[in-house]
Amino acid sequence: MAQDVADTAQRDARAAGIDRSSLAAPAAVGGPPAIETRALHKRFGTKVVVHDLTFSVQQGEVFGFLGPNGAGKTTSIKMLMGLVRPTSGEARLLGLPAGRRDARRRIGFLPELFRFHDWLSGREVLDLHGRLYGMTASQRAAAIPRALELVGLSRRGDEPLRTYSKGMQQRIGIAQAILNDPLVVLLDEPTSALDPVGRLDVRNLIRHLRDEGRTVLLNSHLLSEVEMVCDRVAIIHHGRVATIGPLDELRQGDVLVQLLLATLPPAHRAILDTHGRVHDVQNGRTDRVQVTLELPSPERVPELVAALAAAGAQIHGVTPHTTTLEELFFSIVREDDELRNEARA
Amino acid sequence: MSALLIAQLTFSEAFRRKLIWAVLFLSGVFLVFYAFGFQLLRDDVVTFNDQRGGRPGDFLPYDVQASAMVLLGLYTVNFLSGVMTIFAAVGAISAEIESGTLQAMLPKPISRWEVILGKYLGFLVMIAVYIALMVGGVLGISRVIGAYTPPNIIHGYVLIVLVSAILLSLTMLGSTIFSTMANGVVVFMLYGMAVTGGLVEQIGNSLDNDTMVRIGVITSVAVPSDAMWKLASYVVQPQVAVNLLGPNPFGTAAPPSDLAVRYALIYCVTLVVASVLVFRRRDI
Repeated sequence: MAQDVADTAQRDARAAGIDRSSLAAPAAVGGPPAIETRALHKRFGTKVVVHDLTFSVQQGEVFGFLGPNGAGKTTSIKMLMGLVRPTSGEARLLGLPAGRRDARRRIGFLPELFRFHDWLSGREVLDLHGRLYGMTASQRAAAIPRALELVGLSRRGDEPLRTYSKGMQQRIGIAQAILNDPLVVLLDEPTSALDPVGRLDVRNLIRHLRDEGRTVLLNSHLLSEVEMVCDRVAIIHHGRVATIGPLDELRQGDVLVQLLLATLPPAHRAILDTHGRVHDVQNGRTDRVQVTLELPSPERVPELVAALAAAGAQIHGVTPHTTTLEELFFSIVREDDELRNEARA
Repeated sequence: MSALLIAQLTFSEAFRRKLIWAVLFLSGVFLVFYAFGFQLLRDDVVTFNDQRGGRPGDFLPYDVQASAMVLLGLYTVNFLSGVMTIFAAVGAISAEIESGTLQAMLPKPISRWEVILGKYLGFLVMIAVYIALMVGGVLGISRVIGAYTPPNIIHGYVLIVLVSAILLSLTMLGSTIFSTMANGVVVFMLYGMAVTGGLVEQIGNSLDNDTMVRIGVITSVAVPSDAMWKLASYVVQPQVAVNLLGPNPFGTAAPPSDLAVRYALIYCVTLVVASVLVFRRRDI
């Protein structure tokens, strides 16, 4: 993993420079969608856990799967992996019905809750899982050192798993998920046991997988993490897709701007009101007026500044504030709940 | 084939468990005491015969006493292997669902029937090896120390393995339905019921009580393990011993028929198929 760091730094710089919204629906590597669900339902007894889940992930995408606890994310992923039978609806992986044996050959999966045979060494666990994948001895001999290297366990591969820390167990879990050279990798909470260094490693690994053209579905409750690596996200709430799209697109229309003005005469206030919605005006402690307003899009910021300047306003500061995924997440979950309450009332 | 891989894994996994080593240790202790007991029996008979001026005792012929000793040994082997089977397989599926092991295994390109079949074979091979060692131990002690060779020992061995196969089928099916704890309770109750039912049938036979016999028959239909042990105990005794010892808790004078053996085999296959059907529908 160490040798990757230099590469990654480069990639990070590149990623920062590139407008990733152009990857909204990445040019598919070809073939059917990597992941596709249609009206997927799952009921446990009387409890509906997944309700009408429909979404698709194109090949080559890094897709973030978000939602509050109990939203049905893990159950959805389990249905994709054939661990849980859908009550109704359809799930496909690479065009094949999920759960079918041949659908699972080019898929890698890290479950949220997992345990490996802990008397085996890391290398032996990977060998076992390689055999379960149906890999030949020579394929395994090539793939195992590579996977151990990618998750940074090369030097600990011969130690028994029971001596591994939680973070190392998670790394070996990721290693078995990428062992078979999968086209699609589903990672359910891959960093829950990892420290910040481990998380960075996983982010780099996901970028590495993306650069190789693989599809990654990342379920994580760490929004910042999803924000850093995902091309598109779906926010799942009450077992449905509450919203789906490229992050930049989802964030649009929700730009908060903080203005620091010398004064705020009614004429200037009128300009603010025509451009956006004023949330807050403070002029108590300092001799400056601090205004927080919402603009429909980031492009409106220069227009507003120009209009204020033309009207003779003294502008001391403009701080556009893009919505973080966290804010988006909360607003969508809250909106969704409000809609439901209204529907009920 | 993945089923063989699972079988191999199950076999090697069993030896990772302390329980198996405890059973093996106790089995070793048992064989030592057994050899000691056989030696005492032999010495007593020899002394007794010497006192009578070399004429064989008229209480019970030595062969009958030695045969009873062998029966006692095999009964213990049968009991230990039955308990070991249940303990080894009680969490075969349920414990791996509970721990999350299956969550990483089942998404691989393997079928669920391969998991059931592989585990079944892995446990069965393990238990068959164990029974072979123990039956071999009892036989060796009987021959070397007791100078007595029981008849049909291989036939007896296969039937004792069948007893464990029946219990294994039952335990596997239970572990696809219940939690590990609940399965342990259910299977041990059924096992106890089979043993008790067998006893009730024996007592019913000697008292000519039809109701008691019927209870025994019903329990052997539900769990045919005890009936197979009865047959095993019958075949490894010489006729003279069967006649003299009569029905007793360890053996029988009225062995189950071939039909019962066929039923036991169908029983195993049916339960394994049922395990597959239940497991295929199970959410992990």
